[in-house]
Amino acid sequence: MNHHLSPGLLPVLIPLPVLIPLLGAAVTLIFGQQRMIQRYITLLALTSGVVISALMLYLTDHHGTGVVQVGGWRTPIGISLVADRLSAAMLLVSYIVLLCVSAYGSGQNIRDGDEKQPTSIFRPTYLVLTAGVSAAFLAGDLFNLFVGFEILLAASFVLLTIGATAERIRAGVAYVMVSMLSSLIFLTGIALAYATTGTLNLAQLSVRLGEAPEGVRTAVYAVLLVAFGIKAAVFPLSNWLPDSYPTAPAPVTAVFAGLLTKVGVYAIIRTHSLLAPDGRFDTVLLVCGLLTMLIGIFGAIAQSDIRRLLSFTLVSHIGFMVFGIGLATVAGLAGAVFYVAHHILVQTTLFLVVGIIERQAGSTSMRRLGGLAASPVIAFLFLIPALNLAGIPPFSGFIGKVALLQAGAMDGSALAWVLVGGAVLTSLLTLYVVAIVWAKAFWRDRSDAPEGHLAAAKPPALIEETDDVLYDERSDPGRIPVLMVGATTVLGVVGLALTVFAGPILGIADRAAADLHDSTVYIVAVLGDPGDFR
Amino acid sequence: MTSNLTLLVLIAVLVACGVYLILERAVSKMLLGMILFGNGVNLLIITVAGPDGAPPILGAFDDQHAEMADPLAQAMVLTAIVITMGLAAFVLALAYRAYILTTSEEVENDPEDVQVATRREVEEPEE
Repeated sequence: MNHHLSPGLLPVLIPLPVLIPLLGAAVTLIFGQQRMIQRYITLLALTSGVVISALMLYLTDHHGTGVVQVGGWRTPIGISLVADRLSAAMLLVSYIVLLCVSAYGSGQNIRDGDEKQPTSIFRPTYLVLTAGVSAAFLAGDLFNLFVGFEILLAASFVLLTIGATAERIRAGVAYVMVSMLSSLIFLTGIALAYATTGTLNLAQLSVRLGEAPEGVRTAVYAVLLVAFGIKAAVFPLSNWLPDSYPTAPAPVTAVFAGLLTKVGVYAIIRTHSLLAPDGRFDTVLLVCGLLTMLIGIFGAIAQSDIRRLLSFTLVSHIGFMVFGIGLATVAGLAGAVFYVAHHILVQTTLFLVVGIIERQAGSTSMRRLGGLAASPVIAFLFLIPALNLAGIPPFSGFIGKVALLQAGAMDGSALAWVLVGGAVLTSLLTLYVVAIVWAKAFWRDRSDAPEGHLAAAKPPALIEETDDVLYDERSDPGRIPVLMVGATTVLGVVGLALTVFAGPILGIADRAAADLHDSTVYIVAVLGDPGDFR
Repeated sequence: MTSNLTLLVLIAVLVACGVYLILERAVSKMLLGMILFGNGVNLLIITVAGPDGAPPILGAFDDQHAEMADPLAQAMVLTAIVITMGLAAFVLALAYRAYILTTSEEVENDPEDVQVATRREVEEPEE
């Protein structure tokens, strides 16, 4: 390893993941009619984001947490942007996913034409979403966390209802209402926290809340937890998700499924480590985690549409992360951090594969699909992440689940053991769900599907590369655009890299968890000497 | 910190009415509920800022005001108001579009959801 990178580089890098996509959004908006220019600018912005977040992860891992005071104001007065190992790791994974999905969307548009999407606003909005996600990961105070959430939510409203078809409007109304409600609850929590302590800087809040009366502390954190629980889709606040996500275009669904709930999980991790270090909410989190796992996966078994089924598995596996957070040990948090990274990659890949299936077979309903295994490309693309999701060794899902189970066993309380059992059962049921999809959509003949005749029969898939074709002039729907396959493959391979480099990555997760477990690391990094800020 | 009881009662009423309206099925009523709820929360932040009548910024001639109100809370309220307004405009556009497409602005149940829920237990999930 070379240690030529100086830690002084970190403060320069920290604002960039927010600034670059915002600038990119402005520039792509100017070039609304030139699709190629838009595409290249988006690619450039997201690629530089990947490079910057990788650098940030390297620097934070070697030199500790970095803090930037925006505008040079003194610490608790100004806006702090804080990058520690967790933030940098989340940024890196998010940018990789955003880049691959962007390439996937370009591939689909190049082949099928853009009539179905007002592209002139699609990419700017996509970049604004990127900026919002980054802002949420870097926010050093509660109000800027709120603003980051609002930026990504406003962008996600537009992306979810793009094209404004009746179906998307129906799903969009419910999603917008639920999101607005969670934002208002979050704002209430901010008001309560500010009334209690007179500050919103997370580090200072942590110091001052420690001296607040116990009931007040519980109330403040409970309100925040409800708000984040809605965003992260933790049971009993998760019923909105499977009705909202499946109607959007494939790339949008993939990004939402991968990232938006994880921003909620990140907020839970961050506030849990700083605002509730005494473990008063751990039992609540553990019980909610268990219910999220089981109810999510039971919901998935009942579905016949693959996208809805995957939305339910998404909810179910949020439970694993909540399980790790609720244990509140270094091992549990490390498992949760690793699992977040694994789950972002795998769930996004699966949604991208479903997008390919929909494009090839004209449907995502298992009542109509069949014989997809005739195309080895789709079969491979689906099977690897699907087994990864179910936690089959040697994939990263297995490593993440084992880390969490070990942490649960080390905890040793009765509730932790119940959760270990629940997690194993959920893994097995996930495998069962994946097997259902494989058996019905891939393995049996299309003629055996109850409504198989309703979906147009498609020839087996080949990969090829061509220029623009209008959607209604497509004579070769059986061929997959090379960019779609390429982007999905890259994401799948990155998911596999979590296995190959499991050692170093788990090392980073461990160190991130140690920082989270001992909240003084964060507080000292932001405030210097916390004694001055009581 | 002193609080204004009248404002606190008003906040409670606004939030209660807002929640009641959010539980409706019509999008316009839900939106009104959101706006009421949002106003309640914004008022809550204002009451956090300190006692009434104090200016958030002290000028050269403010000798009669010994205290100043908390400017940060007011800045946050301004941000929150703007965000709420923008989202409300978006919801109105959504409701209008829903009305154009379906001549109703009720929130409907998810068709796939209904299908799964009404399926008899003995059936295969795909029939």
